[in-house]
Amino acid sequence: MENIEYIIIESGKAVQPFNYSVGMYGSKFFYELKNNRKFLGVQCPKCKKVYVPPRRVCGDCFVEMKEFVEVGPKGTIGTFTILRFAFIDPETGTQKPIPYGYGFIKLDGADTLFQHYIDVHDESKVKIGARVEPVFSDEKKGTIKDILYFRVID
Amino acid sequence: MAKRRVAIVGTGQTHHKSHRPDVSGRELIYEAVTRALEDADLSIKNIDAIIIGNMDHFEGINYVDCWSIDGSGGYHKPVIKLTTGGTTGSTLAIGGYHFVASGMFDKVLIIGWEKNSESDTTGAITTAFDPVWDRLVFAGAISGLAVEAQSYMAKYGATDRDGARVSVRDRKHACNNPYAQLRKEVTLEEVLASPMLADPIHLLDVCPRTDGACAVIMASEDYAEKITSTPDWIWATANRHKYTYLGDVNWGELDSMAEASRDLFKKCGITEPRKQIDVIEMYQPYSFAGIIWIEDMGIVPRGKGAEYIWSGATDMGGELPINPSGGVIACNPIGATGLIRCAEAALQVMGKAEARQVPDVNFAVSTGFGGCMWTDMLLHGKKKPNL
Ligand SMILES: [Zn+2]
Repeated sequence: MENIEYIIIESGKAVQPFNYSVGMYGSKFFYELKNNRKFLGVQCPKCKKVYVPPRRVCGDCFVEMKEFVEVGPKGTIGTFTILRFAFIDPETGTQKPIPYGYGFIKLDGADTLFQHYIDVHDESKVKIGARVEPVFSDEKKGTIKDILYFRVID
Repeated sequence: MAKRRVAIVGTGQTHHKSHRPDVSGRELIYEAVTRALEDADLSIKNIDAIIIGNMDHFEGINYVDCWSIDGSGGYHKPVIKLTTGGTTGSTLAIGGYHFVASGMFDKVLIIGWEKNSESDTTGAITTAFDPVWDRLVFAGAISGLAVEAQSYMAKYGATDRDGARVSVRDRKHACNNPYAQLRKEVTLEEVLASPMLADPIHLLDVCPRTDGACAVIMASEDYAEKITSTPDWIWATANRHKYTYLGDVNWGELDSMAEASRDLFKKCGITEPRKQIDVIEMYQPYSFAGIIWIEDMGIVPRGKGAEYIWSGATDMGGELPINPSGGVIACNPIGATGLIRCAEAALQVMGKAEARQVPDVNFAVSTGFGGCMWTDMLLHGKKKPNL
């Protein structure tokens, strides 16, 4: 047994597709994003917090929310990082292009942060508190990728 | 509160490594289990129930409760799986405590394990996050931690040098721990010169990927003192969850830990944690958490974490040593990691921590953290808790 070589069995390329429901709230958000390039939030009737993305229930208050409100499209950087290590994006199976800006954007009028790419070609401008605006894709698919990224406004 | 008292009476862990191709998952589990049984001088026949867990998707094979019987010793016993992502190990400990404290079982074997080498860590972690709203920009555990650190630094002016000081501490402590994966000191300069992964986190600021397992045996008061003369009494546990999407998080402060600490300390009459607690084994997956989370825990006021770390207070021999084991920066078999914190805290209370022993430990705290920014905590004590 001493000189045995330990064997590793590889799974090979395994693919398992899924189909995710975004519900009525998510659907409304993507409809507005696709057709009107608008961002929709939803406001809690109790604590008045405005959530983006919109969702049915305020977790803090555990009450249903029905009041949709338009937020953004401009906002400020709430927090961010710049990803510099190479890794395979499990969503696509391809290498994620690095470096890329990972932003948490406080859209004007919202209380939560919206995650998306931040343009980092000039890293010195990318700071917490910097003003940003979305850059939209020409193609309108009704997904999160209808926004290409956010960029810092001078 | 508990129906009856519960103590840890034995612990066991593997010598953690980046790759263990010499064993399958169940064989790795077996190593930790036999060491825990040996430590408590018990046989598998003495065990009434088993709780086991790892992080789903890391090995691409779920239901470890079902397929690991050879390793866990669960043949014809009640076995249940608990899995809560990063907090799995600490959740297992809390589950074991509930099993025994409730009066349902007297001696419970708790097992956490992971073979991180068997899959892509970032890919596996991503499956814990919302596919529609969280995953587009997500880059595994490091991205969330980086935005926390970034936010904290903007609020309180901490620097990457402050973070590096925490790595230096933990990596030094790990040299005293024969089970730790990375047992080599690093300098401040080495941490700062290591590759930037995600601003402000350098390679040497974060945990490695690890294969390893840990087992802990908990017993009711009727049995605990017969099994060992130095039981580690569990005084209380606390757990908090907070958000739905990553954008909901109050970045820069770990709210779940602040709430869990308040709850835990209130249950146990801890009013001055810095003075009353003798040692902390913190699930601290990256260096900056060593600064931020001691503030959330109420050890020091907001913005004072770095100063406290630089004073040496959390080093071995300091006022409140943190991570005598070397912690998560030196070793991170994810599903076992939280349970290792618990086991290491138990070793400190039992006086069995050998080269990494902190003198005269009356109270120890162990914690668990999940990338979804939630917290588990346990308070361990030398004396019996009040019921
Ligand atoms: Zn509300």
